[in-house]
Amino acid sequence: MPSNKSVSDAPIAQFTNCRLLRGRRLQREDLWVREGKILNPEKLFFDEKGSADVQLDCKGCILAPGFIDVQINGGFGVDFSLATDDFRSGIDLVGRKILSHGVTSFCPTLVTSPPSVYHQILPQIDVRNGGAHGAGVLGAHMEGPFISKEKKGAHPEHCIRTFEENAFQDLLATYGSLDCVRIVTLAPEIKRSSEVIRELTKRGICVSLGHSVANLSQAEEAVQHGATFITHLFNAMLPFHHRDPGIVGLLTSDKIPAGRRVFYGMISDGIHTNPAALRIAHRAHPKGMVLVTDAIAGMGLAPGRHTLGQQVVEIDGLNTYIAGTKTLSGSVATMDTCVRHFLEATGCSVETALEAASLHPAQLLGIEDRKGTLNYDSDADFLMLDDSLHVQATYIAGEEVWRRDALGM
Amino acid sequence: MRLVILEDYDQASEWAAKYICNRIIQFKPTQGRYFTLGLPTGNTPLGCYKKLIEYHKNGDLSFKYVKTFNMDEYVGLPRNHPESYHSYMWNNFFKHIDIDPNNAHILDGNAPDLQVECDAFEKKIEEAGGIDLFVGGIGPDGHIAFNEPGSSLSSRTRLKTLAMDTILANAKYFDGDLSKVPTMALTVGVGTVMDAREVRTYLVLVACMFSRLVCVVIGIEGKKTSVLQVMILITGAHKAFALYKAIEEGVNHMWTVSAFQQHPRTIFVCDEDATLELRVKTVKYFKGLMHVHNKLVDPLYSMKEN
Repeated sequence: MPSNKSVSDAPIAQFTNCRLLRGRRLQREDLWVREGKILNPEKLFFDEKGSADVQLDCKGCILAPGFIDVQINGGFGVDFSLATDDFRSGIDLVGRKILSHGVTSFCPTLVTSPPSVYHQILPQIDVRNGGAHGAGVLGAHMEGPFISKEKKGAHPEHCIRTFEENAFQDLLATYGSLDCVRIVTLAPEIKRSSEVIRELTKRGICVSLGHSVANLSQAEEAVQHGATFITHLFNAMLPFHHRDPGIVGLLTSDKIPAGRRVFYGMISDGIHTNPAALRIAHRAHPKGMVLVTDAIAGMGLAPGRHTLGQQVVEIDGLNTYIAGTKTLSGSVATMDTCVRHFLEATGCSVETALEAASLHPAQLLGIEDRKGTLNYDSDADFLMLDDSLHVQATYIAGEEVWRRDALGM
Repeated sequence: MRLVILEDYDQASEWAAKYICNRIIQFKPTQGRYFTLGLPTGNTPLGCYKKLIEYHKNGDLSFKYVKTFNMDEYVGLPRNHPESYHSYMWNNFFKHIDIDPNNAHILDGNAPDLQVECDAFEKKIEEAGGIDLFVGGIGPDGHIAFNEPGSSLSSRTRLKTLAMDTILANAKYFDGDLSKVPTMALTVGVGTVMDAREVRTYLVLVACMFSRLVCVVIGIEGKKTSVLQVMILITGAHKAFALYKAIEEGVNHMWTVSAFQQHPRTIFVCDEDATLELRVKTVKYFKGLMHVHNKLVDPLYSMKEN
């Protein structure tokens, strides 16, 4: 018999009576967890002659990997683009609150801001694991300022910049530091963007195209230099045209380098995109769909006025506009609402809807070996959901960090 | 020999599972006094395993004090390969029940010294006090475990090269690619299973209304032996010829299951299709004793009653 026993004495938890998302489908299997990671029970049985220390009955729930939100500007009154002295407690607050939405990892997003704001804020963002204190911070998403003035959306025009002078050095000077930066959204039609994209990609930073008037060939060139994401598809870019599909055309472009996949973020809150457009994108390129909330400070708060970076916005139900206008500016939808809406609007399978919020963002960031799946040896960040995909409980590193109580809170 | 004939695969599986369940419960296994079970792999026992799992999930049967010994395992296949017998036993049985992993024994086809591994396996069976119930299947060529035609009837646990028939039959589990199918395996020997603790031969005949011919030959041989009871599951028309050779012809090393004619306590559980090559007389004879057979499974015991 094999004699290579493991040296771990850590307690083993077995989650039973559940359907877990593995291998792209919901399977009737138990989830085994030890030391914050998902354990292979067969290996445990034969190699270690081990068994579970505690068994938890999931009462038929769906077990899915925790959601990953790569575009979230704030929430619960916190604005990630507002430099305050207690910025860290703002991140902590949001990180804790979004656990109830099923988000176990996120990228705090900064909209177009002056360099001084970046210099103040970025050093206060720490890449860190999640836990009872809140969802894990994967790094910052810099949405701007290197975007197109014509597609600024709710971003302040006076802060928009180019990097024509010194390309990457300009970018570095603007942000101050790239230590905790995970994603940068830029407009590829800006001169010298190719160099910038290459430099960022070399540093392991994900480059996303957005707030841009690029045509398809400019977008394809950007992808060839390393861009892999599209920021909120359809919004803040040229509309699809049958002779120049623009950035949207990347979904079916044949100029994507072999082995690479272009992902695209979509805010499936029912407002930012018409369900028919959501379906078109999904059907054209289902494996690239990444659900994002693009949530703003007002998410989780009552209707009314809130700040978003340098702007004031107005919330009315699920709609958020720049105060006094009809320009959309971010959303107040939560991630689990987006997942449910996506499921309903596309009629896709539960597995597909869950993967769009977990596996695909993990693949985008190149971390699917430890996040975004329930594979053996992955981080045990997972959710218990009911059949209609309402989050019942959230777990990070195998520990329960949030549970819906009897009152449905 | 008892020949228990059920109508179809599901009923045969259920009868076998009930029998195993009753044997375990009647034994009253406890700490320090384990019930030892020999277990097979393959398609045939899947239905039986499912029923046992069902009894366990209903709380009627616990495997806490049961030790198991599997018959065989491929050589050179990684333990976590989906076609290894370790994977089979985990997925189809062990992961659904409460057996202690220390009590689930399967030969290690990747051991550094295979003969040492085989000898150690026999020793483990001996240390466990022998096997209370050995459940096996039969290959289309009449083999028990991997004791292919020509295997010595007094063989022990050892390395075997697989017959071409077996390799061909297994190819479907390896994407039809013959080069991927293992060519060698470790297997318990015919002799290993033939070690019989007590000697009692049952002939189970379905009751012919007028003559209850129940031949029960009770001969208690004082051998210190290892396998108390053998139960062979055989279902499907493709196994019919092997069953015929096993029970209606002589003991022959070309059809190694025939060795069980000399085991004192053997039950063959089969479906109608598996009897297609038997004489009508044989089938009628044994069907006539079903009312006696069924006393072994009815009432079905439950651990809840204890």
